[in-house]
Amino acid sequence: MIQTRAIDVESIRRDFPIFTRKVNGKPLVYLDSAATSQKPDGVIESMNDYYRRYNANPHRGVYAISEEATAAYESARQKVATFIQAPSPKEIVFTRNVTEAINLVRYSWGRANVRAGDRILLTEMEHHSNLVPWQLLAREVGAQLDFLYIDDDGLLRLEDLDRKLEGARLVAFTHQSNTLGTINPVKAITQAAHRAGALVLVDGAQAVPHMAVNVADLGIDFYGFSGHKMCGPTGIGVLWARRALLEAMPPFMGGGDMIKRVRLQEATWNDLPWKFEAGTPSVAEGIGLGAAVDYLCGIGMDRVRAHERTLVEYALEKLQDVPGIRLYGPADSEIHGGAVSFSLPNVHPHDLATLVDREGIAIRAGHHCTQPLMERLGVPATSRASFYIYNRPAEVDQLVEAIEKAQKVFN
Amino acid sequence: MDDLYREQILDHYKNPHNFGELPDADITQEGDNPLCGDVVTLYLKLDDGKLGSVRFRGRGCAISQASASMLTDMIVGRPVSELKHFPTSDLLEELGIQISPARMKCATLSVNTLRVALNGGAAEVEDE
Ligand SMILES: Cc1ncc(COP(=O)(O)O)c(C=O)c1O
Repeated sequence: MIQTRAIDVESIRRDFPIFTRKVNGKPLVYLDSAATSQKPDGVIESMNDYYRRYNANPHRGVYAISEEATAAYESARQKVATFIQAPSPKEIVFTRNVTEAINLVRYSWGRANVRAGDRILLTEMEHHSNLVPWQLLAREVGAQLDFLYIDDDGLLRLEDLDRKLEGARLVAFTHQSNTLGTINPVKAITQAAHRAGALVLVDGAQAVPHMAVNVADLGIDFYGFSGHKMCGPTGIGVLWARRALLEAMPPFMGGGDMIKRVRLQEATWNDLPWKFEAGTPSVAEGIGLGAAVDYLCGIGMDRVRAHERTLVEYALEKLQDVPGIRLYGPADSEIHGGAVSFSLPNVHPHDLATLVDREGIAIRAGHHCTQPLMERLGVPATSRASFYIYNRPAEVDQLVEAIEKAQKVFN
Repeated sequence: MDDLYREQILDHYKNPHNFGELPDADITQEGDNPLCGDVVTLYLKLDDGKLGSVRFRGRGCAISQASASMLTDMIVGRPVSELKHFPTSDLLEELGIQISPARMKCATLSVNTLRVALNGGAAEVEDE
C-alpha cells in the first residue's frame, strides 16, 4: 500500500461548527465519538438544503421537486454502496440505525430460517443491540445461544470455534468492539462459519466510520451500521445483505413503498431494496448520510484509520503512566480501534466523567451497552475515551491531566 | 473543579457513616442502578414504630455512596410512618450541590431504596 499522507486535523476541525463552542468555560474536548460523532457543515447543510429547496415525498410524486428528492435519496444509497464496496445499491437497505438493521434480519431472515435446536453463535463482547434481538429470536423459535469468550487482552478466543459452529445457523459478532476497541478477525471467523454452513452477520457500527470496509471482500452475509457515528445524522442506518438473501427474505414491515400491487386480501412486494423500506423514509437523513460519505471519502478511510491508530497508540502510552490505572482491550494498535476503556482504583467512572466534564472533556462512563462484558471484566462500569478525525494528540494530554486532577480530589 | 465534590461529600464517601450490616435487621432491602452499576443495601431495625438502627452497604460512585451515608444519619430514630414518605428533596438539600439530571439516579438511589423497603416492596418511587 502507498504510504498515506497524515490528515490535517486543524483544517478538519474547522469543518465542524460544534468546536467553536465552550463547555464549562473551556473549549470542547470531545472524546465520545464511539457513542455518536460530531457533524461537519457539509452534512448539516445538505439536510437544510433539502428542507429549504426540494422537500417532497420521494418515490411518489411526478413533479419536479419530488423527483429531485428521489434522485438525492437514491444517490445517497449509491454512495453508501460504493463506500462499502457493495456489488449493487439494491443491496443497501436504509433503516433507522444498526439496531433496526439487526432486528430486520432477526424478524425477516431469522424467523424464516432459524428452527428449534439450531444454534446462534455470538460473542461476549456484543453491544446489547447484537445480543438482545437474538435472545428474543432464540426464545421465540427455541434456538440455542452460544458464545465466543474473550481472553485477558480482550481478543476473541477462537480455539473452540469449530466445535461451537456445529449446528449453528448464524454467527453474529461485532467488527470492532465499542468497549474494548478490539478489531475482530472477520474473514477468519466467516470462513470457518461458512465451512460449517452458518451465515454471518457483522455489526459494523464501530468499523464503517473508522476504516475502509469492503463487504464483498470480507465474504460475510449481513452487515449493519449507523449513520450518526460516521459524521451523518441520527435516524438513518444501513443493512447490507447479499442480494440472493434479500430476494428470498420476507418483508420486515408492511406499508407504503414496500409494495408493488395491493388488493384487499393480499399484496406483492416491491423490488429490492424498497421491499424492506415501508413508509416515508428518513429523506433528509439519507441525504445527510450521503454527504457524510462524501466527506469521509474526501479524507480517505485509510488516512482516517492511520490517524486514529496514532491517537490510540499515544493514549495507551500516556494512560499507562496514570497510577493504578487498568486498561482494557488489546495493547497492539494494529487490532485496537479508536476507543480506549479504563478504570481507576480510587475514582468511580461516573465521578471521573463528571470531574473531567468540568474541564470541558466529554468521555463516557458506564457499561457502554455491554453489560455481559462488564461482568467478564469484573467491573460495574468503565470510563471510555474514543477518537475520531477531529481529535488532536494534545487532547489526550488534556485528558490525562484531568484524570490526575480527579485522582487528587479523591486521594 | 471540585466544588461538586465538596469536603463533606468526599468525607462521607471515604468514611461512610453507619456502614456495615445488621444481623438482626427487620428489613433488608437492596437497590441498584443497572445503568451505572451503583448498589446500596439498607439494613433497618425497627423499634416501637421508629427506626431503631440502620446500616448500609454499597458500592458505586461518590454521589450514590455519600448520599446513602448522609441518609442514614438523617433517618435514624425517626417514626417509620414519616420515613415512608421521606422527601427526596430533603436528601438533595443535605447533599448541597447541584445534581445534573444524568446524576440524579445516583443521588436518589438510597432514598428510593428506603421507600421500597418501608412500603413493603411496593415501590412508591417519587418523581424527580
Ligand atoms: C458495536 C455497536 N453496535 C451497535 C450499536 C448501536 O447503535 P445504534 O444505537 O445507532 O443502533 C453501537 C452504538 O451504540 C455500537 O457501538
